[in-house]
Amino acid sequence: MKIGIPKEIHAGERRVATTPEVVSELKKLGFSVAVEAGAGSAASFSDAAFEAAGCEIVASSKDLWTQSDLIMKVRAPEAGEVELLRSGQTLISFIWPAQNPDLLKTLTDRGVTVMAMDSIPRISRSQKMDALSSMANIGGYRAIVEAAQHFGRFFTGQITAAGKIPPAKVLVIGAGVAGLAAIGAAKSMGAIVRAFDTRPEVKEQVESMNADFLLLDFDDEDGSGEGGYAKTMSEEFIKAEMALFAEQAKDVDIIVTTALIPGKPAPKLITADMVRSMRDGGVVVDLAAEQGGNCELTEPGEVVVRDGVSIIGYTDLPSRLAAQASQLYGTNLRHLLTELSPEKNGEIVVDMDDEVIRGATICTGGETTWPPPAPKLSAAPPKKEPEPAPVVVEKKPSVLGPIIAVVVGALALLGLGAVAPASFMAHFTVFVLACFVGYMVIWNVSPALHTPLMSVTNAISSIIVIGALLQISSSNTLIMWIATFTVLITSINIAGGFAVTRRMLEMFRK
Amino acid sequence: MINAGIVTVSYISATILFILALGGLSNPETARRGNWYGVAGMTIALLATFFGVVTQNYTTLLIALLVGGSIGLLLAKRVQMTQMPELVAMLHSLVGLAAVLVGFASFMDPLTHLTGVELTIHDIETYVGILIGAVTLSGSVIAFGKLSGRIGGSPLTLPGRHLFNLGLLLAAIWFGREFVIQSAAGGGMTPLLIMTGIALLFGIHMVMAIGGADMPVVVSMLNSYSGWAASATGFMLSNDLLIVTGALVGSSGAILSYIMCRAMNRKFLSVIAGGFGTSGGKAAASSSADQGEVAPIDAQETAALLAAAKEVMIIPGYGMAVAQAQHVVNEIAATLRARNINVRFGIHPVAGRMPGHMNVLLAEARVPYDIVFEMDEINDDFPDVDVSVVIGANDIVNPSAQDEPDSPIAGMPVLEVWKGHTTIVLKRSMATGYAGVQNPLFFKENTRMLFGDAKETLDEVFKAL
Repeated sequence: MKIGIPKEIHAGERRVATTPEVVSELKKLGFSVAVEAGAGSAASFSDAAFEAAGCEIVASSKDLWTQSDLIMKVRAPEAGEVELLRSGQTLISFIWPAQNPDLLKTLTDRGVTVMAMDSIPRISRSQKMDALSSMANIGGYRAIVEAAQHFGRFFTGQITAAGKIPPAKVLVIGAGVAGLAAIGAAKSMGAIVRAFDTRPEVKEQVESMNADFLLLDFDDEDGSGEGGYAKTMSEEFIKAEMALFAEQAKDVDIIVTTALIPGKPAPKLITADMVRSMRDGGVVVDLAAEQGGNCELTEPGEVVVRDGVSIIGYTDLPSRLAAQASQLYGTNLRHLLTELSPEKNGEIVVDMDDEVIRGATICTGGETTWPPPAPKLSAAPPKKEPEPAPVVVEKKPSVLGPIIAVVVGALALLGLGAVAPASFMAHFTVFVLACFVGYMVIWNVSPALHTPLMSVTNAISSIIVIGALLQISSSNTLIMWIATFTVLITSINIAGGFAVTRRMLEMFRK
Repeated sequence: MINAGIVTVSYISATILFILALGGLSNPETARRGNWYGVAGMTIALLATFFGVVTQNYTTLLIALLVGGSIGLLLAKRVQMTQMPELVAMLHSLVGLAAVLVGFASFMDPLTHLTGVELTIHDIETYVGILIGAVTLSGSVIAFGKLSGRIGGSPLTLPGRHLFNLGLLLAAIWFGREFVIQSAAGGGMTPLLIMTGIALLFGIHMVMAIGGADMPVVVSMLNSYSGWAASATGFMLSNDLLIVTGALVGSSGAILSYIMCRAMNRKFLSVIAGGFGTSGGKAAASSSADQGEVAPIDAQETAALLAAAKEVMIIPGYGMAVAQAQHVVNEIAATLRARNINVRFGIHPVAGRMPGHMNVLLAEARVPYDIVFEMDEINDDFPDVDVSVVIGANDIVNPSAQDEPDSPIAGMPVLEVWKGHTTIVLKRSMATGYAGVQNPLFFKENTRMLFGDAKETLDEVFKAL
């Protein structure tokens, strides 16, 4: 089967749907790959590099679209491209069917099988194909790079001969994939990072990256929606949240917002007043610019300066890191193709019983298959029913047991003392004391030396040889020989035990 | 000839030297000196007895000492560190055998003439000494067989095995009574022999019923028994040196057993009762369903991950010993340390087949002991660990011990590797560990599975580094 990789025609799009590295993996799956001339040049992948990886370079865009069985793209096909698709072809790219119903209808009518990378269900198994996460990750990283570009100072604090430099303070709103990537990037540049999210389960993830999680003083309302996304919160919650942001805006230098609710315009979280209250030279990076922006002053696609604060509204952040984005996207595509081609024979099988493939396929054979039946898995653990207060069976440590044991022991000792002769009691005293000495000494033994402990105790327990020595001078021949044999085996034990202990201890070195 | 007073003084100094020998094991520095204290104590005790008590048959005695000593030295030199548990089990059986022989010889010795209560007590001492010795003997032989693979590791669970054990115990008590009665009348050999048979059978059955995972407990328990056997013999011979030494060894073994049981969150009695380690319990079946997929990784990627890490934790298990991978593990650790990567080893108390087994194996491979840590020392550090490498271990890194109250290993302390950033698990297959419990760790998002023989794969990793 032939895969065609066209050049992206969307204005400003630098990414490409595959890289030379991925191509060699695709060829292992049995596919042949054709790349439109110049498709990778904006992402620093030359035609020569693709050719070296075994691609066919096709000069004309039209030829590429007609001769390929499978088209892989980044952006959804645009006006000039849709017409080139024919029935029986397969297209894999971002589509956003919810936002582009007309496109979905056109594609359905043309009889194309379309898999939307944005519609892959977000379950554990499909993580390796999750292009949204890949792109969000890059977006989050790039957001910090852009912020650094517009921020006139260091991120990290320093004490220099020329004076003290305070570290930059970064607030990240929304700790999804992009938010976490932004936290990581800002943190590694040395900034003080705080993060906020309506979903309490991400607190741990934020803290695992050494950032502070801002807690809202509010009765815990869980903001987790379906599929790992957030949901719209109640009015009081939003009020409390806004108060927190207003307070933070006065303190931080950089705000990165990533708050998105699927299928709705982005919530307005940073008001014009908050921007005004920020220090001059501050930066707001609005990753939700494409959906209208989290900041009131955001202008999608532009950088604007308002009240001395730069507001970055780029909508193409992944594309601004084109080589990296192409590589991750290409790898996501490869993983999808691996799922689609279980035989590794270069043919794809659209198995509609497979949850991932079913979710991604938005139309096939002239029928719209979107939206798919909703997947039910979320990153959050299923909400537990408030459990009935566990019946308090307070297990009192039974006082009776030890008392009985002590009483029985004391009685046994008394009985023993009453009948046993004095000589026995003397030995018994020694025995009990030795047990206690042993108890005290052994607890101090380092656990690393337990094996040498066993071998050395083994050697010294062969002190039983004394018993045999007492008997060896017996006039009874049988006893003499038994004793000799005992001496023989115990001396194996003595020599062996001490020698092996020594050998082991020699090996312990710093 | 030296007089009895000097012999006693020598015995006292031997006792003190033995206590110092055990006390020295508190750290590796003093342990070497401690071992020499032990040797000195033993030498003093032997010399004192030799010159103070023995009156004839010096030649046979010396020959026996020399032959036995040479065999012992040879064994100690030849044994591989992975076979230490077998060696220790075998040596235990010798102590048990010696206790039995000394007991019989003492019983047959016509020189002792006791009457009344003293005779009864002496008879009981003899009887108990032989009983413990015989259990130690047969138990250790079976443990040796299990550890060396000559006998299958899975527990033998006879129907009604608890009743069987109880029956043996009652029979041993009844024959003990018979023995005391007959001995007073001048006989008693028959019940003594029958009891020895019963004790041997009990030892065999007891160890046969214990699964491979519980072997550390068994080995330390037999260690304890060999001490009690020596102590009982001391009572029989009215010899304080034997009593004290036996009590030291006995309590040492008992404490080790206790530590091992605690490390597995099991009751000592339930370990002894046996039957643990049968694969596939009910809870295991229910929780193993639909765990998700594992993410495999290859040697090159592993090497890349390790090279990029700052904090690496290596968790060895018995699988490492089986594959003889400890040397390459050390080389990998040394290479990483040379690149300023902080490599540490985390050891679970029951990793391996006897207490401290992993430490000895790593020491043999020349891993410096100051980077080898106990579970409690490093368990809190996992959140900062970039890459944890689990080599041939399973149950000791199983999160169900904490998450699933119905799991057979629930409550057992485990190394919390899943709190680290990435965990690489080296395993031959997806088979379960001794507890027969599926391990959810393998299905965690940040876990990568590296399948294959530990030594071969690690060799590849080392080359890739």
